[in-house]
Amino acid sequence: MILYDAHHLPECYAVRLFAALVGAPLTLVPVDVYPGHEHRSDDFLARNPLGTLPVLVDGDTVWTDWQEMLAALALRHDAAWFPAHDPALIGWLGMARDLAASLGLARLIDTFGAPGDAAAARAHADVLLDEIERRRWFGERAGKVWVMPQAHPTIADVAVFVFIALCEDAGLSLRDRPALRRWIDRVRFAPGFIAMSGVFPPMANVTR
Amino acid sequence: MARFARTIAHTPGCPKKRNRAAAKTRWTLRRGGLATAAMTAIDPIVWNDWHPVAARCTLDPARAHTTVLLNQPLTIAIDGAGTITARRDDGGALHQDERYGLVWVCLGTPDRPVLVIAEADEPDRPAVVVGAVAVRAAGPRVIENFLDLGHLGYVHAGYLGDDPHTRVLPYSVAALPQGGIIATGCRMYQPQASPAATEGFDVEYVYKVERALITCLYKSNPLHRDRFDVIYLFVQPVTETTSVAHPLLLCLPDGTTPQGLRAFQQTIFLQDKPILENQRPARLPLADGADTPIAADKSSVAYRRWLSAIGLTWGVIPAPAKAARAA
Repeated sequence: MILYDAHHLPECYAVRLFAALVGAPLTLVPVDVYPGHEHRSDDFLARNPLGTLPVLVDGDTVWTDWQEMLAALALRHDAAWFPAHDPALIGWLGMARDLAASLGLARLIDTFGAPGDAAAARAHADVLLDEIERRRWFGERAGKVWVMPQAHPTIADVAVFVFIALCEDAGLSLRDRPALRRWIDRVRFAPGFIAMSGVFPPMANVTR
Repeated sequence: MARFARTIAHTPGCPKKRNRAAAKTRWTLRRGGLATAAMTAIDPIVWNDWHPVAARCTLDPARAHTTVLLNQPLTIAIDGAGTITARRDDGGALHQDERYGLVWVCLGTPDRPVLVIAEADEPDRPAVVVGAVAVRAAGPRVIENFLDLGHLGYVHAGYLGDDPHTRVLPYSVAALPQGGIIATGCRMYQPQASPAATEGFDVEYVYKVERALITCLYKSNPLHRDRFDVIYLFVQPVTETTSVAHPLLLCLPDGTTPQGLRAFQQTIFLQDKPILENQRPARLPLADGADTPIAADKSSVAYRRWLSAIGLTWGVIPAPAKAARAA
């Protein structure tokens, strides 16, 4: 499978990370989104008319939605990550999209000079982080270590992790969110975990 | 405390003539009264120097670019013909230039041009703008991190260093004749020194700081090991504790595309970002003894002492006058 990838975008990292967790080999094709605007080139728009990344290609099949990619990879490699029978999965994946539109947007504005209202995006993200912290705190007490009730981690963990782990880039902090920090570490120590710039690997000297 | 420092600086016999002159200048500006509040507070060393504020390749005729330089909001616009205009949002005057694919602005009175980079004129070194990255850290902290050899094996493990090759061998630091410092004879084993590297090798480095917020390194090219790639880091001072890093690559042709070079350098810089943003105090302390340096920090110590000697106050915690005299 070929992944058209931008190293700095959480949505791309989600697919790289999940592929590593389930052992799916990917061929990465870097796209110079920043500062090169290659995602607006005719070549790229021919591949994905939305001009968004990532894009996953397997033969004639093209995926342009990063969450759909997670589901597709899970179905192919390890369905335990994709509890499709549980409505809560829809809620968590929606939460991840809300994080993209708030925390992810504030990060792009603050760090890469994208247009938009960083303060408003950050305020929205702050509310979401508080709510996820609250759910995690009570979840831990009920013996649930992942965001979904299942004992196995799910694509929902990956989908929200890639934003929350980069929250400092958006001017937010996990300092007063201890349950989130513990859950972040749980994801980081999952077998097969890979980092991206801004996310610390479990041990600094364990390479890629 | 500030008044005490000023008294010391004016004491006859104070050995730091330049410090005394700098203190006097600041005093005059403060007493100016009619000048804007922002102007009176800004260190003349950075106020009268040139700083990058945008890259031409990121400017969009459909949308003006807004940024902040030394607490002053700026708007940088490009028209359909490619003419770039930088304006202060408060209507104040500024000087504008364009070099190395970057738009440069001086808010004060420039007493010298934008830094001349000889390597930029070498025909086989295309200048590649990496893409600005904003960082919540003081400008001098960003420069100091760039000079640091000790972090390569940890923060950039697998790229610019690796365990167990984390030892920093002795290197030399000297003053540059035009001001600034140079560190030579730096060596580091790097598994992936650049996108073109196919194997790890001992990379030789030279570091220079030519202006307070401009630094560069020369490092062995994986293919042309007798010549050097040159990487500049220009730091745009936004506020005293926030900055925008503008890296510029002047690399030899080795089959790497500009896209590959950019992705690699962004990856490296974004690894540094959380480290920089968590350094405390936010402003770089210049007093000897504020930190406990080891031999590997020789270039950092030299940089801090040089900043003290020129009297920089922006983004730093100046050394108390007594310590400055002892240095």
